[in-house]
Amino acid sequence: MSARVVTVTSGKGGVGKTTVVANLGVALAMRGQRVVTIDADIGLRNLDVMLGLENRIVYDLVDVVEGRCRLRQALVRDKRLQELYLLPAAQTRDKSALRAEDMVRICDELRESFDFLLVDSPAGIEQGFRNAVAPADEVLIVTNPEVAAVRDADRVIGLIEAEGKGPARLIINRLKPELVRRGDMMDTAAVLELLAIDLIGIVPEDETVIVAANTGRPIAFTDHSPAGRAFHDIARRMLGEEVPFAPLKEPGFLERLFRWMRPEGEEQR
Amino acid sequence: MKLLNRLLHRQGPRSGEIARERLRLVLAHDRAHISPGLLEVLKDEIIAVISRHVPIDPEGVQVTYTEGPRVNRLVADIPLRTGRRARREYGPLGLLDAE
Repeated sequence: MSARVVTVTSGKGGVGKTTVVANLGVALAMRGQRVVTIDADIGLRNLDVMLGLENRIVYDLVDVVEGRCRLRQALVRDKRLQELYLLPAAQTRDKSALRAEDMVRICDELRESFDFLLVDSPAGIEQGFRNAVAPADEVLIVTNPEVAAVRDADRVIGLIEAEGKGPARLIINRLKPELVRRGDMMDTAAVLELLAIDLIGIVPEDETVIVAANTGRPIAFTDHSPAGRAFHDIARRMLGEEVPFAPLKEPGFLERLFRWMRPEGEEQR
Repeated sequence: MKLLNRLLHRQGPRSGEIARERLRLVLAHDRAHISPGLLEVLKDEIIAVISRHVPIDPEGVQVTYTEGPRVNRLVADIPLRTGRRARREYGPLGLLDAE
């Protein structure tokens, strides 16, 4: 048994990479997979707080690389699930503490004992991004249906292909069905046509994601919310299941009619 | 009035469609490393070279980059000044008779 190394990256910051990694980690572990989530964002670690594990960190990635601890000692186990672990990033300012070969070596060492290694890449296309992509068997690109995020995603897709790590698959995050219906947000078809890659998931904008980040309990733990269901769908697709892309829920007819007749910002008559 | 406009859909393209069109261009330029600025430079040099040999209408010259399914192209659209009026101005061989 050898783990699949899946790197999650985006180009632009703030599109939801860390949220995606945390939730896919939870969703895969809930399906009996042995998962390590790896935070490769040296100096700006956040995967620990998204998973609610920030108080349990003893060692980090750079400690492992510099030989201050064994790899196993740096893994933080999530007590809520049988087989979900975090390998935290260091909070040092020295980003050069990590090289691409270190990431490859660490992932190779973990491969035998796990099913999935999910690597949370830093934003940008510099060394940190290269480190995160170096060990990858597969790459997932996260984007939002917005001009800047799609443009940066396209840059990253090109770099992934040049590295021979493609074809990457796309997660469209924070889609707002109502804005799409109104024509004020690009729909899935438009984004896919522009980027010309395969889709693996569409995650609707969902307030419970913010609540989940506040409390450190990823929404995938409870898949009642639209975003939680979307993350579970992605996990199932990663495991080879054919999961249809469900039509996104929109506000009901009466609610829509009401809003249509009295749009926001217009005074009442 | 706003309600009537909404009923008649008199609004032009919505912002989602505008985003898509803008991205189509931006991505094409990003992928080819051809910036709109470079296209302007190419256009000026093409105008200089061609008009040394053939009378053209510099105002009408357009240099565009397009992405095709297999080949991406630079397309230069260069309107010639070879109408009747131009022939009078330039003479039968397209050369300037007299200034």
